[in-house]
Amino acid sequence: MESLCRELSKCTFQLLKKNEQLSISFSGENSNFIRINESKVRQISNVINGDIEIELIIGQKKTVHGFTLTSNNNSNLIKIESELNKMRTYINELPNDPFIVLPKEGESSKKTIKGNLINDDDILDSILPPLSKVDSSGIWASGIIFKGFANCKGVFHWFETENYSFDFSLITKDEKMVKETYAGNYWNQKDYNQYIENAILKLNSLEKKNIRLKPGKYRTYIAPAGISDLINMFSWGGISESAIRQGASSFCKMRNENISLNPQFNLIEDFNLGLNARFNNYGELSPDKLNIISSGKLINTLISSRTAIEYNLESNKAEINEGLRTPIIAPGDMNENDILKKIGTGIYLSNLHYLNWSDQPNGRITGMTRYASFWVENGEIKSPIEQMRFDDSFYNFFGNNLLHISKKTQIIPDVSTYNARSLGGVKCPGMIIDNFKLTL
Amino acid sequence: MNSFNLNTIFKSLKTKAEWFSLREVFESTNTHVARDGNPEANYSNSTHGVMIEILINGQLGYSATNELTLQGLQNAINKAEFFALNASKYSLVKFDTSIRPINSGNYKSNAKNNINEISIPEINNLLVSSNQYLKHSDRIICTTGFAMMVDSKHKYICSNGSNIEQDFQFISLDFSATGQHNGNIQKRTDHGMLARSYQIGTEFILDTNIKERCQKIGEQADELLFAEECPTGEMDLVLAPDQMMLQIHESVGHPLEVDRILGDERNYAGWSFIRMDDFNNLQYGSNLMNITFDPTVNQQFASYKFDDSGLEAKKDYIIKDGVLIKGLGGTESQFRSKLDGVANFRSSSWNRPPIDRMANLNLEPGASSFNEIISNIENGVYMESNKSWSIDDYRNKFQFGCEYGKLIENGEITKTLRNPNYRGITTPFWNKLKSVGDESTFKIYGTPYCGKGEPNQIIRVGHASPVCHFENIDVFGGN
Repeated sequence: MESLCRELSKCTFQLLKKNEQLSISFSGENSNFIRINESKVRQISNVINGDIEIELIIGQKKTVHGFTLTSNNNSNLIKIESELNKMRTYINELPNDPFIVLPKEGESSKKTIKGNLINDDDILDSILPPLSKVDSSGIWASGIIFKGFANCKGVFHWFETENYSFDFSLITKDEKMVKETYAGNYWNQKDYNQYIENAILKLNSLEKKNIRLKPGKYRTYIAPAGISDLINMFSWGGISESAIRQGASSFCKMRNENISLNPQFNLIEDFNLGLNARFNNYGELSPDKLNIISSGKLINTLISSRTAIEYNLESNKAEINEGLRTPIIAPGDMNENDILKKIGTGIYLSNLHYLNWSDQPNGRITGMTRYASFWVENGEIKSPIEQMRFDDSFYNFFGNNLLHISKKTQIIPDVSTYNARSLGGVKCPGMIIDNFKLTL
Repeated sequence: MNSFNLNTIFKSLKTKAEWFSLREVFESTNTHVARDGNPEANYSNSTHGVMIEILINGQLGYSATNELTLQGLQNAINKAEFFALNASKYSLVKFDTSIRPINSGNYKSNAKNNINEISIPEINNLLVSSNQYLKHSDRIICTTGFAMMVDSKHKYICSNGSNIEQDFQFISLDFSATGQHNGNIQKRTDHGMLARSYQIGTEFILDTNIKERCQKIGEQADELLFAEECPTGEMDLVLAPDQMMLQIHESVGHPLEVDRILGDERNYAGWSFIRMDDFNNLQYGSNLMNITFDPTVNQQFASYKFDDSGLEAKKDYIIKDGVLIKGLGGTESQFRSKLDGVANFRSSSWNRPPIDRMANLNLEPGASSFNEIISNIENGVYMESNKSWSIDDYRNKFQFGCEYGKLIENGEITKTLRNPNYRGITTPFWNKLKSVGDESTFKIYGTPYCGKGEPNQIIRVGHASPVCHFENIDVFGGN
């Protein structure tokens, strides 16, 4: 699709009149989705989709139109011409936008990750037989994802990746579950078989009867998958500069009251992971690495060029929504083998579920424990626990109550598929937290 | 829509399948946002594609494409055939053609004015001007006006003879004010969760009394900055219809989706505490609880005539006098579970297969006036407009927070409260339903954002409810 989009951009910019500026964003996928229940196929689908968005600026007025991108450039161009004509009429009726971000000249970029995926004929025979003796539920997704950008100042960016993910749960007869995500660019059947075998072994640890905990405060280990859920909350009313300015952020306390998190806590936006494109909606290249929280102190927020104009700041080329795209939490010094010992008596949580702000200005998050979670006594796993609700502030659990961070980190890919398959992910360690508050 | 003609192409497609269907969706969305008196976004987006559905050896195969040519659709048919055949070795269920009833007909949203005819300056002026009314004092640091208008055209043609056309027009309108004072931040919206979402024409936007509506929102945001924190303890709880929307959605709608009960969602949204033998047995709530599935309500957000399997929609009682009598299962779930169900098999767009969804799920009015409800409460809290929601994967343990609260003391509403929250467990909570408001307290709402499914799908739902009173609930505040 890259050459098609380059050609389409070139033709589109030739349609512009003197006073017009234009940017184009492209995105699309050719994906296979296989929904699994009871280790069998519940639904199977293929999706070919593409979207194009054109942003027209005339003077201080701006409008964005999005529509379907197909593999036929003649019909794409006819559609663009027709939309442009509509936009020219439409834009005249709009009020001036004082914070408009104009297209700029700049560096272009290209990153293509060519994978080695299973042939469509072989997907089911590759992924299902190793699960034949266990109950499982999940979603397989594979294929090509692309996104691109072009503007009338000559900038062109392209990001394309060929990948797969299998996000699944293994389930015991008494409904205890282990959650796993097997993802990558290069399929390796032997490695996959081993991965499933190991996951099935984890089910054995759930054989004992659940115990029910009382609400209260517990020393708690949260594994990387759970930590990544907590970090993802920072992209929803957290790290965004505009959200802080507009009173819609849990980070207002850090900014306005100079409150710090634990000195062990370091958050970095790091594109070297290669999970996501470095260019943003404005065609700007974000820095390879941006330190956001260092030694517990908030040193940068995510600032888009629009926010920078509005508040007279310097942009760090964040996306327009000022969310994290490829965050890393720095590792600590706790060995994997020491986790249970360091918990002593408390809880081991593999995953969290359904997080939401319960008191956003105070950083309080509520959610559930889910999947393989255990009661630990004197450094030994005693039994699985019934699911519990937590309700605690990150100013506590990433603050004074953060005891240890593991040496080992794990990449948790973003496997969400709302509208389209997502890019990005979080790389993070596990953490031991003191006095983690369980409420129900 | 362009010149693409589904009926013509349908006749030219070749397939070995015993049964197949085409579902075309063209959806165009116009979004306008103003913040602090300036335009923030004027965005128009459209999506257009076709989902092919094929049945071979009892296995359904799907292929979705935006390549809307004969060749593009023939390629998609071939892909769906290939997938269905390949997957039939591993089918969870062997379906037959009974899962796609034969129906033909049309549906159109009841809208006076078409959304494509709204004047752009008019809508922008309205949203920009909302700022002057929302900004009640200098403590209001952010105001927004939001309007989303969606024109959605669906066509469904099937080899069994079904031929259905449905034209929807959706509007969501919201205003908000955020206040800040001495480190306290409070936000008030127009009923929370984009609750003012309807199938309606632009008369809904243009007839809105912006001044009065926005002044109230701004005033209450400011009022919350000086309000007392919500008390903590077990007490009576009165929920406004805009919070009942969320309560019904999370603790009644989702657990009763039959595909969840059958385990399809176990890796994502979760399972359900409901078991097959709970139908016609479980006392879900007190005998005042009457829940209906009703996609026939005029102008409610998730109204339609046919679901995406072609099944005709009608009003059905799901919970009657507190007893669970029916699940939210479409034709496939009915085939699998052998239970009666409803027409709720829906997809978010052309690029996703249908699954069991809620549509309009409503609590029927009771007999108590608002004043009667309040006058019977010695110690309690009244809460409006959802701002926080979380529930476990079996849909048992929930915690919900609201924007605005009022203390109820000795039968009267007294002080304003900030950060009102409550938590509970689903069936014990609903069994504490003490009184249900009458028609005068009944309000219809909806939201565009209900997430579920793998691959993920966001869909529109509608919920209507009267004011409701629950006794002895665990209530608490912020910090």
